[in-house]
Amino acid sequence: MSMIFGVPVAVLSGQLLIGVINGAFYALLSLGLAVIFGLLKIINFAHGAMYMLGAMVTVIMFDALGVNYWVALFLAPVLVGVFGMLIEYFLLRRITGQDHIYSLLLTFGAALMIQGILTNIYGVSGLRYSIPDLFKGGVNLGFMFLPYYRAWVILVALIVCFGTWFMIEKTKLGAYLRAGTEDAQLMQGFGINVPLLISLTYGFGVMLAAFAGVLAAPIYSVTPVMGSHILIVVFAVVVIGGMGSIGGAIITGVLMGVIEGLTKTFYPPASSAVIFLVMVVVLMFRPAGLFGKEA
Amino acid sequence: MTMIKKLLTSAVASALMVSGAQAEISDNMVKMGYLADMSGTYRDLAGPNGLKAMEMAIKDFGGSVKGAKIEVVSADDRNSPDVASSTVRRWVENDKVDMIGGMVASSVTIAATKILEENNKLGIVSGSAASSITNEHCTPNHIHYVYDTYALSIGTPTAIVQEGGKTWFILTADYAFGHAMEADVTRVVEANGGEVVGSIRHPFPTPDFSSFILQAQASGADVIALANAGADTTNAINTASEFGVTQGGQTLAALVLFLSDVHALGTDVAQGIQLTTGWYWDMNDETRAWSDRFMEATGARPTMVHAGIYSSTMQYLKAVEATNSDDSQTVRKYMMEHPINDMFAKNGRIREDGRMVHDMYLAEVKTPEESSGEWDLYNIVRTIPADEAFRPLSESKCKLVSM
Repeated sequence: MSMIFGVPVAVLSGQLLIGVINGAFYALLSLGLAVIFGLLKIINFAHGAMYMLGAMVTVIMFDALGVNYWVALFLAPVLVGVFGMLIEYFLLRRITGQDHIYSLLLTFGAALMIQGILTNIYGVSGLRYSIPDLFKGGVNLGFMFLPYYRAWVILVALIVCFGTWFMIEKTKLGAYLRAGTEDAQLMQGFGINVPLLISLTYGFGVMLAAFAGVLAAPIYSVTPVMGSHILIVVFAVVVIGGMGSIGGAIITGVLMGVIEGLTKTFYPPASSAVIFLVMVVVLMFRPAGLFGKEA
Repeated sequence: MTMIKKLLTSAVASALMVSGAQAEISDNMVKMGYLADMSGTYRDLAGPNGLKAMEMAIKDFGGSVKGAKIEVVSADDRNSPDVASSTVRRWVENDKVDMIGGMVASSVTIAATKILEENNKLGIVSGSAASSITNEHCTPNHIHYVYDTYALSIGTPTAIVQEGGKTWFILTADYAFGHAMEADVTRVVEANGGEVVGSIRHPFPTPDFSSFILQAQASGADVIALANAGADTTNAINTASEFGVTQGGQTLAALVLFLSDVHALGTDVAQGIQLTTGWYWDMNDETRAWSDRFMEATGARPTMVHAGIYSSTMQYLKAVEATNSDDSQTVRKYMMEHPINDMFAKNGRIREDGRMVHDMYLAEVKTPEESSGEWDLYNIVRTIPADEAFRPLSESKCKLVSM
């Protein structure tokens, strides 16, 4: 078997693919963060909690009402999105125009409360949720066993990421959004309901996180603390990609998944730190991030 | 001259008073601290329900010892040795805490027991796994009560190697406990004629195990062993099942698996997994009776750690009562001299290194067909006698063991 740095090529290919799968999650999550920061200038520390809520709601709806995966894939993000809009309406709106640190603290506090309440009710051992029947099993690619469900995750995550990018950067709705956040007064003058637009944008960003949560439910342990582990990594991804850059968040998400995957092969103990190392290096040479515009 | 004489007499008198005070309960109060992960990865195996177990024991004991009130304080150590150190220091130096129970993450325990030793207070460790806690990290100020990595490695790995699982690949949580577990397993596997062909030290905690499972699969080892605990273990088992590890002919060995983990996994995923445990709620009438009371109070069946916390609290209070003292050395000496016979252990005894030795059990997770309810999870396959289960004193590196 041919080797690269002492690792068989087959193993390496498997790790690359796994990296892309994890990167797809990072991309979905950092995309939502980037949308919320880029358009609303809110540092959303509740993003991890929303991801967790997406997964928890999926499991709870299944246990209580028998709602299946496919319905949950749409319903859970909508429910969590509405919840996010309520947070925006009742809390975040009151600190509009204040320093970023206020939105950071507010969303961080909200996240801790949501997480704490659910921990009290459900514990942290994890709730059971199985892979939908359609995706049970997998295919042997020769270099690795690829579970069908993971293939589905890559596919659907990339579609959603691309769709979001397209909508914000290329459509009229996206143009309104961008304009509304640039100059709210002018847009209001054109008869656009800017506060509603802001609520919807926040809700949409939250929906993306919840959507990632539903995708995660069958393969990761669904617990109230699942979001806190991933949140910091996702923030690092957004910083590397450039705060507010939609395309940057997607590309960096996938890239960081791959870099993390390779680290897990060559030197596993560093795998939880490697993304932050990249962040430090990027900030030293490009303070605005890889895809960010210099302010 | 009389001045000096007076001074000397009072110095001697106060010295006498101090040493005399050890024969009674200080401040006319027994204050216990409960230190555990209350909100993170290890919450469910000890956590808030462990505190309830401690309170249950105090209530069953009557709420006071020889007229001295029993009080409990608790704190979340967040699995951080730093948080644990500052909490324990505050408790013993300012808050007059006499004894600390719970203690889960091994790194937390090692940090906490050092401070207990400096201040000569007592710790009873129920949650931690690392066998180093009563080996190179032993102190005259703590007792390790429920289980350890040595006992766990005697149970499951021995059974699997003897069934033909000769080559092993170990996934290790990268901190004190994981390292101790890996060392203990390696020793047992090699002693039984097996071989460890590789290992990975993964960050603690790790949310996604796919990359590590893939490497373990590629190693071609007969057995993939998980030297981790809590959510790390359940995550790894779920991922292994998704990637078809067992269908590929490899055996999955979870080295530390608590009832709360198996309950979370469910018998569908966990069936057939062999594990070693220090206690199981459904072993006999005595364990069932106590577990029913625990379930009434908490809504869940107790893990071995919960049972150990109840039992050790009870033993501690009995020792305080019998010696009429809450001095750590007096109490520890009494506990060492008196075997433990209760719902948790039969003929359990505490050795000079602080290890409580008692029978351990090799269990197998029931199939969904065998299981009659959500908590009916184990078949006990074999009892591992106390003398086999724990590291013999002749191999001890503990400073308290006289060779």
